[in-house]
Amino acid sequence: MRREHEVGAVPRRQRGNHREWEPGRFVKEFPLYRLVAEDGELVGAPDEVTLPDAEVLRLYRLMVLNRSLDERMITLQRQGRIGFYIGSIGEEATILGSAAAMAESDWIFPCYREHGAALMRGMPLVTFLCDLFGNAGDAMKGRQMPCHEAWRPGRFTSISSPISTQISHAVGAAWAARLKGDAMVALTYFGEGGTSAHDFHTGLNFAAVRKIPVVFVCRNNGWAISVPRERQTGSETIAQKAIAYGMRGERVDGNDLLAVHAATRRARERAEAGEGPTLLECVTYRVEGHSTSDDPRAYRPAELVEPWKKRDPILRMRRYLVRRGALAEAEDERIRAQVREELQRVLKEAEAFAPKPPLESLFEDVYAEPLPQLREQLAELEAAVAADPRVANPRHSDA
Amino acid sequence: MPTMNIIQAVNDALRLEMRRDPDVVVLGEDVGKFGGVFRATQGLQDEFGADRVMDTPLAEGGIVGTAVGMALYGLRPVPEIQFADFIFPAFDQIVNEVAKYRYRSGGQYACPMVIRTPYGGGIKGGHYHSQSPETHFVHTAGLKVVVPSNPYDAKGLLISAIRDPDPVLFFEPKRMYRAAKGEVPQGEYVVPIGQARVTREGRAVTLVAWGSMWHEVDQAAREAEAEGIDCEVIDLRSLQPLDTGTLVASVKKTGRAIVVHEAPRTCGFGAELAAILQERCFLHLEAPITRVTGFDTPFPYTLEMEYLPRAPRVLKAIREVVSY
Ligand SMILES: Cc1ncc(C[n+]2csc(CCOP(=O)(O)OP(=O)(O)O)c2C)c(N)n1
Repeated sequence: MRREHEVGAVPRRQRGNHREWEPGRFVKEFPLYRLVAEDGELVGAPDEVTLPDAEVLRLYRLMVLNRSLDERMITLQRQGRIGFYIGSIGEEATILGSAAAMAESDWIFPCYREHGAALMRGMPLVTFLCDLFGNAGDAMKGRQMPCHEAWRPGRFTSISSPISTQISHAVGAAWAARLKGDAMVALTYFGEGGTSAHDFHTGLNFAAVRKIPVVFVCRNNGWAISVPRERQTGSETIAQKAIAYGMRGERVDGNDLLAVHAATRRARERAEAGEGPTLLECVTYRVEGHSTSDDPRAYRPAELVEPWKKRDPILRMRRYLVRRGALAEAEDERIRAQVREELQRVLKEAEAFAPKPPLESLFEDVYAEPLPQLREQLAELEAAVAADPRVANPRHSDA
Repeated sequence: MPTMNIIQAVNDALRLEMRRDPDVVVLGEDVGKFGGVFRATQGLQDEFGADRVMDTPLAEGGIVGTAVGMALYGLRPVPEIQFADFIFPAFDQIVNEVAKYRYRSGGQYACPMVIRTPYGGGIKGGHYHSQSPETHFVHTAGLKVVVPSNPYDAKGLLISAIRDPDPVLFFEPKRMYRAAKGEVPQGEYVVPIGQARVTREGRAVTLVAWGSMWHEVDQAAREAEAEGIDCEVIDLRSLQPLDTGTLVASVKKTGRAIVVHEAPRTCGFGAELAAILQERCFLHLEAPITRVTGFDTPFPYTLEMEYLPRAPRVLKAIREVVSY
């Protein structure tokens, strides 16, 4: 006979209150919020559409740019012209819809797929491309892998490789803003894989305890490299995790630009009104590999991807705009041609920079002022390069 | 001049800097009403309010990560890690975020902050309330590492650290928190980071230490003097940046060096000091550079006094090095 305190035994008198596990419960509790169907028809309440057509058109163009950029850069990587690339094909609506819902003065704490938001925040395309080359035009001075950009004038912070570290930074900045009396709300991104990391838990917990004005956006794209969502978390949804921390959680169709925008705007308004943080789960799909170092054919059957292609966020907005008479076929062609031309032109511009930043930049920015040993080490390296130029050559046997 | 102990000096420095600069904020576990488990932040919340002296949930990674965001936004956070042993949950934030933010953003962003934490053994703290993890942080480019040994330096160095544009790890020798008393000027003053202090002049051997070990070394030097051996004693005060000039000049004069630290020996900071002195003083050396350190074991509970490099072990090393 089992005693009551044994593991697994539910004391008899508690059984009445115990809510049994019901599969699907949280999917029902956190329904997918959407405004526009796949065919472009408005299915949500029209008064929830927070974007006028002109603004939708601007974001549509940015989505097209983001997509073309990704396609072009993946090709460039295959040609060996850049070392690495991490794209967001299929996730453009999540990224641009949420970033566009924030005020200019708000800060963005990116994960690593949000280049579209950096460009929206004014990072010049040429500077972004220089970051991919790590050349003399790179604002990061060639120190980071491609796609680890930072753009301070746009309050777009620096990307770190360790997953989820930016989440508590967003909380700290928003907390600081509140202490200074600023209305700033921080927006931070992470994947559903990132919700397993400790910084996710501490970040959400800190924010909820203090009602810090942060919008947490999970790009739930189904996969953390090769690990599917159901091997990442035992939760049915990501949004439900908000309950445990004591904040609002919402599940949004991440391929619906208007829904993502409206949900983010609501979360932002609540944060600004002192009602605390929100966790938004944007359900989307990474239709390409995790990065150019990845081949999803090794772990993901193609038939899983097919339905998601129909849910393409760019196609959906195109259909929406066409239905409303806000985008003519010819106009769409013109937008796409313009984007292609711009990319081609700016790519040339970026490749015209010197291939490497100056040697002394290696020792800059470690500290505000270089420590004495850094000056010595620079002199040592300069002398070594002067004595034998092969020091700076990737293949040491080359003369 | 008032007499203070290290805790009072730290408290005084925090108070003065918070009065001077409204952007200076303190955050950590129990730092508010309680004033910290060692009372270093006592009374600060009463004076500056709960918005500037903030109790946080129990998560060191969260404390430091939050401080990163605060610093990026323009505050000067002074996060407290309750014991240095618990800094490891924040290690990733410190090593990968705090230390690299300026560099990796090409100088666009920086996150100056002072991470204060009590370190070291000798207080019956066992494994997890006794460690000296300074080397992990000296090894990380982008961080400064400061270890005061007395109240005067604790106050002056902490004020410097708070005003420093770079992130500083500020290790406080908890064994000496109340034991080390001394005169401390009222009001603001700074002790510059990166300058060692020669606390005793001598010609026979150079003894190098920091934090609580300085007290053991000073005691050993006094005992050696009674035996007719005049030791030169250096309190490093700052491990990064390191005052190499003072060290090298001293060892060129004495021809002998003993490095004392309580962290384990292998890859401890003593190894770095021995390498620097070997590179720069080779032709002046009369004896091998010697280390007196903690052992390559976890920090013990019962045998902690045997583990710590106390004055008698230092004295033994002095005799051996001088008669080499
Ligand atoms: C702390 C840490 N562990 C492992 C990695 C290697 N890694 C990079 S991306 C990734 C998967 C992330 O998946 P997710 O958070 O879902 O984001 P997604 O790439 O799908 O947008 C992993 C394991 C890392 N960068 N950081």
